[in-house]
Amino acid sequence: MAYPANFRYTKEHEWIDVQGDTGTIGITDYAQHELGDVVFVELPKIGTKLTAGKPLGTVESVKAVSEIYSPATGEVTAINDTLADSPEKINTDPHAAAWLVKVKLANPADVSSLMDAAAYQSYVDAKDKEAHA
Amino acid sequence: MRYLPKSPSERQEMLSAIGVRSAEELFASIPAQFRLKELLELPGPLSEAEIIGFFTKRGAENSIGYTSFLGAGVYNHLRSVVTDAIIQRGEFLTSYTPYQAEISQGTLQAIFEFQTLMCQLTGQEVANASMYDGSTALTEAVLMADRITGKRRVVMSRAVHPEYRQVLATYAKNLDIEVVEVGYTASGQMDLEALRGLVHDDTSCVVTQSPNFFGVIEPVAEITEIAHKLEALSVVAITEAVSLGAVKPPAEADIVAMEGQSFGLAPSYGGPFVGVIATRDKFVRQIPGRLAGQTVDGAGRRGFCLTLATREQHIRREKATSNICTNQALCALAATVHLCLLGKEGLKEMAAQNVAKARFAADLLTKVPGVKLAFSGPVFNEFVIELPRSVKIVNASLRREKIIGPLAIGNWYSELSKRGLVCVTETTSRAEIEKFAAALGRALAEPL
Repeated sequence: MAYPANFRYTKEHEWIDVQGDTGTIGITDYAQHELGDVVFVELPKIGTKLTAGKPLGTVESVKAVSEIYSPATGEVTAINDTLADSPEKINTDPHAAAWLVKVKLANPADVSSLMDAAAYQSYVDAKDKEAHA
Repeated sequence: MRYLPKSPSERQEMLSAIGVRSAEELFASIPAQFRLKELLELPGPLSEAEIIGFFTKRGAENSIGYTSFLGAGVYNHLRSVVTDAIIQRGEFLTSYTPYQAEISQGTLQAIFEFQTLMCQLTGQEVANASMYDGSTALTEAVLMADRITGKRRVVMSRAVHPEYRQVLATYAKNLDIEVVEVGYTASGQMDLEALRGLVHDDTSCVVTQSPNFFGVIEPVAEITEIAHKLEALSVVAITEAVSLGAVKPPAEADIVAMEGQSFGLAPSYGGPFVGVIATRDKFVRQIPGRLAGQTVDGAGRRGFCLTLATREQHIRREKATSNICTNQALCALAATVHLCLLGKEGLKEMAAQNVAKARFAADLLTKVPGVKLAFSGPVFNEFVIELPRSVKIVNASLRREKIIGPLAIGNWYSELSKRGLVCVTETTSRAEIEKFAAALGRALAEPL
């Protein structure tokens, strides 16, 4: 699955799509693949203040429970309720339908320090190479 | 699993692997004055006959022939030898945590059945494999409510067992949890007016016990409604599990924490017992500890396995849902066997006998001049009586007549001096209750 060119990416495999001062956050195709079948997602409540690099919730697969780290600092304005009933969307459509939260960003310019699609692609390619070395 | 001691050469090998010459060197950091320099002076081994003789002699030192009217969290109920026979089978008695489903179907099925019974009894949707006891189950229920609501202010009835409240206080003081207590009225039930004033939008849960420490049944539905109005959860503790044979289960509650000792476990010296935690299905990921689930194997046959283990400490380490990482498997099995022997009708019958005998005892005791009921609320098998003099003095007289009298609850409630908590179960005979009432009359007639 291609990584959308307009997103920014973290080393912990989250993506953020910034439109104006709103950031939409999700986990990447690489992340869902590593996790395996997702069975549950725990998201913050609307109004929660997130800090870049700190956990915003958890994603539980049949193998493990993993933290989701926030790519940016800001306040949660919306959460994707549909994931409560169909968490498997994270496996099937991680970059669109399975967005996790929308955040009003404290400083939208900050996300430019994250990886762009090309940098993230080489980052995960290197990871894959490491895994198969 | 075999437990074999190490041979001297294996010890040497281990020591050299970590780079020390001797065990003494390994323990050098322990100050000399705390180290054992010679062997402990222990008596030599005994033969089987000598051991039986020793314990028979020590056993005879126990007080026998007494009738006890103590309850307060630990109850005397009928037990069957069948329960003991089953739990002493090696497959159950020495089994390890059933992580490997393929070799643990019996243990897992027993846990699953225990969970099912606990759900049926409490009116809840999911129960775990068991907790240490009722008090730790209640504390875990409160921690669970805090995780679910994201709030840390707990409103708790003063009529919750004082020792349960102490266990919670021990956890709360280091977890930044505020515990606010709400009093009781003349009925012995929670003061609902006071409760309405104490539940705020920062309240995580309201904690009730029913029947409460005074034996009085609480209006759980009303209390839950007050909690829910401000989005707080309703946590209900039960110390006398047999009450569920007669009292409406707390189905409205969000989390139920129960002591299961009444189901086939002897009072012993206060343990081991078995705690129960049950809740709504939607909170299953916040339930502490172990869960057994029903599944199918590769060939589609019904089977059992541990489930949702990804929340647990051995996988999630410091991020685990709780630090409970075991259960009281054998005691839970005893409760399961006991309940299966008793059956639904048997439990109802047992509970009905408790109610009838407690009522008979209350009527008879309050006919003794100067004795009255301390509270007006409905009770199951315990009730508080008010005496014209100190409970301790009265109990000293009763003991001479081989009666272990009521519990002096003034120890925990300074405003309730001269009040004693009386417990009557199906094991107490009519003759014993009559003897108690007569002895109480004599005790109170004695000059002070």
